[in-house]
Amino acid sequence: MPKITFVPYRQEEITVEAEIGSTVMETAVRNGIPGIEAECGGACACATCHVYVEDGWYEKVGAPQPMEEDMLDFAWEVKPNSRLSCQMKVTAELDGLVVHVPERQA
Amino acid sequence: MSERISTDVVIIGAGPVGLFAVFELGLLDLKCHLIDILDKPGGQCAELYPEKPIYDIPAYPVIGAQELVDKLQEQIKPFGPIFHYGQQVEKVEKLDDGSFLVGTDAGTEFAAKVVVIAAGGGSFQPKRPPVPGIEGYEGTSVFYSVRKMDAFRDQSIVIVGGGDSALDWTLNLQPIAKRVTLVHRRDDFRGAPHSVDQMRALVAEGKVDLVIGQIAGLEGEGADLSGVVIKKTDGSTVTIPATRMMPFFGLTMKLGPIAQWGLNLTENLIAVDTEKFETSEPGIFAIGDINSYPGKLKLILSGFHEAALMAQAAKRIVDPTKRLVFQYTTSSTSLQKKLGVN
Repeated sequence: MPKITFVPYRQEEITVEAEIGSTVMETAVRNGIPGIEAECGGACACATCHVYVEDGWYEKVGAPQPMEEDMLDFAWEVKPNSRLSCQMKVTAELDGLVVHVPERQA
Repeated sequence: MSERISTDVVIIGAGPVGLFAVFELGLLDLKCHLIDILDKPGGQCAELYPEKPIYDIPAYPVIGAQELVDKLQEQIKPFGPIFHYGQQVEKVEKLDDGSFLVGTDAGTEFAAKVVVIAAGGGSFQPKRPPVPGIEGYEGTSVFYSVRKMDAFRDQSIVIVGGGDSALDWTLNLQPIAKRVTLVHRRDDFRGAPHSVDQMRALVAEGKVDLVIGQIAGLEGEGADLSGVVIKKTDGSTVTIPATRMMPFFGLTMKLGPIAQWGLNLTENLIAVDTEKFETSEPGIFAIGDINSYPGKLKLILSGFHEAALMAQAAKRIVDPTKRLVFQYTTSSTSLQKKLGVN
């Protein structure tokens, strides 16, 4: 299974196994990663599963679709490497992915 | 103050569970008024994910969330529920005769024999951007909605966001404001194309300022705002002089005034029994995502079940002397008459 590393804000990083086909948000929630709230449960409707994709990974992960880009308007401190983790599907290519959790989910 | 509305049941929340409660209560001849803070029925189904499929509604291998709401509306039509939208229930008080006074922020008052809280994740409220110190400016300089246009007259207003609310208020307030600055994180707006065009025209005429960036801080004295610090895409910051700010960062769900009604709560959910789904206050019930009991699952399905059992208990409160005979909609002529199918 691919491994994903979450770096919670000012805390030790956590590496977990992720199921192919699930989302990065589901992987975070299943493993109790602090700072991923996912209020709407993955409907791309709340922007509380916002993460920053580590340098070098963003191209592999891909840019957000228009709906996610719109929802990112509701996130806090959006950066060029911002993504909503509920819209990122785990694939074999993402083995080793590192994402950073922002200080706040607004 | 309008006249008090008398009814058997007030249902707080018009989401799927609140809607289905009308059905179960209606079969027992109880009349319902529903109150919702949104301007439409359906709650989260309609507001958060209308286009999304739901796979665990019995007999529907898949049903769209909005479709579910529409079908529930159709199902409860025979019972003539009355909806009160765009209002938040502020108070629920027990009256001397054992009924309840329910009052909303719009001044609507109800006298109800039974109150059913079907408020899901709480009421939808504008999201507060986590700018340090923003709370101190709220209500004086920072607003999430416009109650009185006059509060914005001749003011320097910063509006933040890229959707219809941000665009609409930019267009509406521009004629009366001293200056309007629209701030958005990207030069792409998700609002109605017509509004975007109008906004762009005002920017081109020099009547509205458009700044691409994100809020980084607020400046001011006490509750009086004097400037909004914006971090631009290139990392530089700019301070826009402002006496008013309106941030539009979408909606979030908050328990809200429910916490003040004296009901027993468990981690921000309303504790209920599993026989009647009644709260710690007899006559007030809580069904759906808002309640808590051992083994609770936050499923629409569970809320429907809770509504059915609650209705039986509600009936006993409204008509204590009437003997309740259990009936099936398939065979009971009297139930079919109520449904208008016989």
